[in-house]
Amino acid sequence: MIVASGLTDFVRDALDLQVQVDAIGLGAVFALMAVGIGLVFGVMRLVNFAYGQLIMAGAFALAYASDRDWPVGIGIALCFAVVLALSLAMERVVFRPLRSQSAAVMLIATFAVAFLLQSIALLWFGPLGKTATSLVELNRPVAVGGVEIRKITIVAIVTAAVCLLLLVALLNRTSIGLHMRAAAIDFPTARLLGVRANLVSTVAVLIAGVLAAVVAVMLTVQFPTVTPTFALQETILVLAGVVVGGMTRLLSATLGGFFIGYVSGLLGGALPSSQSQYLPSFLFGLVILVLLVRPDGLFTRHRGLVERV
Amino acid sequence: MRARRAAVELLAPAMLVVLAGVIGAFVSQTTQIYFITALISVATVVAIYVFVGNSGVLSFGHISFFAVGVWAAGVLTVPEQEKPATMPYLFDFLSSTTVGNVPSLLIAGAVGGVFALLVGLPLMRLSGLAAGIATFAVLGITNNILRYYEKIGPGLNTFSSVPETTDLLQATIGAVLVIVAAFAYQRSRLGRQLRATREDPAAARAVGVSIYRQRLASFALSGFLAGFAGGLYIHFIPINVDAVYLDLTFITLAMLVIGGTTSLWGAVVGALFVSGLDSFLGETEDGMTLLGRTIDLPSGSRIVVVSAVMALVLIVRPSGLTGGREFSLPSLARLRPAEAAK
Repeated sequence: MIVASGLTDFVRDALDLQVQVDAIGLGAVFALMAVGIGLVFGVMRLVNFAYGQLIMAGAFALAYASDRDWPVGIGIALCFAVVLALSLAMERVVFRPLRSQSAAVMLIATFAVAFLLQSIALLWFGPLGKTATSLVELNRPVAVGGVEIRKITIVAIVTAAVCLLLLVALLNRTSIGLHMRAAAIDFPTARLLGVRANLVSTVAVLIAGVLAAVVAVMLTVQFPTVTPTFALQETILVLAGVVVGGMTRLLSATLGGFFIGYVSGLLGGALPSSQSQYLPSFLFGLVILVLLVRPDGLFTRHRGLVERV
Repeated sequence: MRARRAAVELLAPAMLVVLAGVIGAFVSQTTQIYFITALISVATVVAIYVFVGNSGVLSFGHISFFAVGVWAAGVLTVPEQEKPATMPYLFDFLSSTTVGNVPSLLIAGAVGGVFALLVGLPLMRLSGLAAGIATFAVLGITNNILRYYEKIGPGLNTFSSVPETTDLLQATIGAVLVIVAAFAYQRSRLGRQLRATREDPAAARAVGVSIYRQRLASFALSGFLAGFAGGLYIHFIPINVDAVYLDLTFITLAMLVIGGTTSLWGAVVGALFVSGLDSFLGETEDGMTLLGRTIDLPSGSRIVVVSAVMALVLIVRPSGLTGGREFSLPSLARLRPAEAAK
């Protein structure tokens, strides 16, 4: 009986419009991160664990600007500049030389880059970090149909939608997009047919960088305290979400990212406080369950290639 | 000839570890800490190697087996009269039981092994990225539960009053034991079958090797050794839950990859190399004189340099310092046309 009433409470809270809107907002941000990770994976077969540290660097750029009372526009420009410069450096120094290596080596290398960036931030800004306050007013709620929605939630959903539409247009309507799709399907053959490998991977990393900067702006509005571990937890969840959704296609990866953000927001909003400290366990348990049932991803159409002898 | 080569493959890593232990006996008390840390790292990395190296499947979950080993050995060896003060919410059977040093290490191993077996039962069906993320999820869950569930340990607090029984001798013996176990496993029928699945899954299945069963056996053994290493660690320094999470996972995997994932020799060399580098930088943070020059790095720069060096090693030598090969004496080395062609 207690379980049943707990469950009904949970369902009632989860269906609450407020919780739903917040969960969708979180899902939108996670979806953007998933696109950034999925795009690079698609072209280079590289799982970029250091993606969260790019976002962290962008957030520190915003905090740096807000510390000096620079206008918001300059802060955002600085954030984009820092993230894009770091992305390019990462691609040139680490990803490119390792392109032909096994997935494990590349993943460990991005691990190393992640810890490098994190420890530099620790050295530079200290464990308590800095505060970015210039955009905090976006946290104010507006009332829409009886529901209090924070402005940032609306901004996040709209931005995510616009970014995704632009990306779809880029991938489907331009020749570089065509090259990227070809590289994602079969990199060696695409190269034989004249796709320039370095250009394609640079563009993929740049787009991922733009998305990281966008995410950095939106996350600093919601969590203004920027520490060296900023966005680390989110990145881990998104990585899990991307694999759960299915890494082989960008769409399924994006849906996976949205899905885990949405579920995370839902559980966070609806779990009673005595259990909310175990939220990561619930999420990771769900991840394991889905992977056991559908190892190739929740949103993939067919099973992956079976062993070819 | 074959027996001699096998002996060399075991003796080289074991002697290297013993050598580290012997050198450690002649240095100052403060420097000795670095040697003990390095030896425990060897035990941990070799434990991970037993699964990751032989199966070729990446696991991020091994630090959770290490962590339950830490918890088991730590909780069980705190003297009974201290337990109510440091861990007031323990289950009765935990707060009323206290065991000695060696039993606690074996229990730590057993808990790690059983946990790995239970986790492996469903998870070993997965491979590739799905396996990586699923083992990562295990790490996340383990950490989350150890952090907040105070009936099985100190929760967020640091362990206190755990007897510090891991000295240089115990660390050396522990590391050698783990190496011997790993060697015995990789020479055994089971180990060979697992490595066959790593090299060519289809061919291995065709000759009747069950990938699932071989991976599971290796995962459980690997979990046992990781739990044992965790037991060694908690008897060395008091730690809390944050010490057995992402950082340790990263550094141990990096040690393995830097040494060379596919050989026992690589695991040992990688662990000692990275530990040595880390200790050296730790010293320079306090100011150190080398070749007549004083080096004084700002504190906290150690991790910066270590991760930069790791990235560099991976870029320059992606197959690791040892190239993933076992140690062999120069006179025994042969031309390996198959590998040259690859």
